[in-house]
Amino acid sequence: MRNQAVKKRKFSFADFGIYALLWGYAAVVLLPLLLVLGNTMRTTRQIFQEPAGLPTSINFDSYVRAWQEASFNIYFFNSLLITVLSVLLATAVSALAAYILGRYIFFGSKFLLSFFMAGLMMPFRLAIVPLFMMLNNIGLVDSRMGVILVYAATGVPFSIFILSAFFRQLPQELAEAARIDGAGEFRIFGQIMLPLVRPALATVAVFQFVPLWNDFFYPLILLRSTEKWTLAVGMTRFFGEFQTDWSTLFAGLVITTLPLIILFLLATKQIITGLTAGIGK
Amino acid sequence: MASVTYDHVYKRFGDVTAVNDLNIQIADKEFLVFVGPSGCGKTTSLRLLAGLEEISDGQILIGDRVVNDVPPKDRDIAMVFQSYALYPHMTVYDNMAFGLKLRKTPKDEIAQRVREAAEILDIDHLLDRKPKQLSGGQRQRVAVGRAIVREPAVFLFDEPLSNLDAKLRVQTRAQLTKLHQRLQTTFIYVTHDQVEAMTMATRIAVMKDGILQQIDTPQNLYDKPSNVFVGGFIGSPSMNFFDATLVESDGKLEVNAGGFRLEVPGEKASAWAPYKGKEVIFGIRPEDVHSKQFTPPGILESDMTAKVDVTELMGNEIFLYLLTGDDKQFIGRVDPRVKVDSGDQIELAVNMGNAHIFDPKTEVALGE
Repeated sequence: MRNQAVKKRKFSFADFGIYALLWGYAAVVLLPLLLVLGNTMRTTRQIFQEPAGLPTSINFDSYVRAWQEASFNIYFFNSLLITVLSVLLATAVSALAAYILGRYIFFGSKFLLSFFMAGLMMPFRLAIVPLFMMLNNIGLVDSRMGVILVYAATGVPFSIFILSAFFRQLPQELAEAARIDGAGEFRIFGQIMLPLVRPALATVAVFQFVPLWNDFFYPLILLRSTEKWTLAVGMTRFFGEFQTDWSTLFAGLVITTLPLIILFLLATKQIITGLTAGIGK
Repeated sequence: MASVTYDHVYKRFGDVTAVNDLNIQIADKEFLVFVGPSGCGKTTSLRLLAGLEEISDGQILIGDRVVNDVPPKDRDIAMVFQSYALYPHMTVYDNMAFGLKLRKTPKDEIAQRVREAAEILDIDHLLDRKPKQLSGGQRQRVAVGRAIVREPAVFLFDEPLSNLDAKLRVQTRAQLTKLHQRLQTTFIYVTHDQVEAMTMATRIAVMKDGILQQIDTPQNLYDKPSNVFVGGFIGSPSMNFFDATLVESDGKLEVNAGGFRLEVPGEKASAWAPYKGKEVIFGIRPEDVHSKQFTPPGILESDMTAKVDVTELMGNEIFLYLLTGDDKQFIGRVDPRVKVDSGDQIELAVNMGNAHIFDPKTEVALGE
């Protein structure tokens, strides 16, 4: 057995198929992105003449146009503010709730957990009308805070689902040792337990960040003033009734996508640890 | 430095009584070991003292203070867990310093106490490592170190050696005994291993089904077990038991176990005389069953024969699995020079001075 494992595996026909399939999928995903990237350096006229052509020169004019003239600096700031605060708020609230729900059994704890889990099954967009009326009544329509609160609430069920499972796995003796050492509940949570679920926290944060960053629906309905718009909504301004500035639009798309790519590159290791934890030693 | 008192302590989990009317006085600087089979309530008793479980009834005192409602951190105790429970994300230094930091001990004093404890335990070169970079034995010492730096009045140990291999366990046992002598503090130790209990304890508390069976020094526990359970639990291989009757023959008292008869000599006979004619459980330890050929001097000898079933050579002695006349198995530990094979008959000399009888109904020791 051991000798076989050490020997280099032969490249079989099945392997060839698998690699072909994966490279094919990668091409399908990557080619449009490359096309977008290339077209940011071409004029709209060039794009129409030859949509899949290569840029003739390396220039970043369209990025400057998008950033300054098309207010992408403002949209970018808004997106960042809303997404980061929503994720922080949702993760903080979920971690506290998940710790208690994962580690303690008390009257109503099962019901409470099921209640949160029910949120996983509910399509939040169906609730947009009552949600809008509610926010309107408390003066949170056309406010970034309103969007942040809605976003944070939508992120809570999934985060509790993942985090409570992680908290449940941590050995009880750790908490007991800390209690004898003199730690109170909050310190046990913050200094002992929370650092141990860091992979799960990273997973939860990234999984919330992506859909919120890309979301078009809530900001479109809840934010009226253009200076509060996010990137996704701001992008619509490029689509004119009579003409569309394609290269600036593409530059905007790149600006929008970049943070997600960076986030994934930074967090891949943590996410994989988070998703595969407990599978084996 | 403190004494510990269990005063009519009960612990119930639903319908199950895990600890049933426990009464123990543990003196200051004592090394008390709770021992018993799994589920006997020994760990629960320790956790009640640590404050990790609530007492259902009765009270526990540390020193003169009733601690029933005192949280664990204010009981002036430190505990070493079976799994060590080291904080995985902290270095050895931080693991040991954590409790002191929470008590707002000055930084230089923390550093000094951690360094001293690390030197005692020979882990001073590991202070910057994380627990996962340590071997099992090193982790165990860090767990002990974390308890030492706190300088508590009482140390609690919950089976701290059960995750170590046999050789390391023997070494660590001696180290813990030395540590107890050095620190001069009360140690309370839980184990299922009677060898650990016998070698380290100043007193042993034997428990079964939540009830304290006997508490005494290791030697007294071995010499004078109060019932069949304690007799069988302490000592390895465990004591041989036979259903027997005490009879008189030719003016002498005899144990009649059906498959063999043994004369009860001198002083033992007068102690057992009140039970003449009664049914008893007769108990004799394997180390008190000698071969007639190599009988040690000065024992109250009584002779019998038995058939050899299996022999196990240990080097310094032989374990003989023997069969009585009515095919009941028992064990003898005999001199290694004895040459027998399975199927042979062997002449045995039983040391009746160390024999025991118990009541067949209550299993309580008689005639002690």
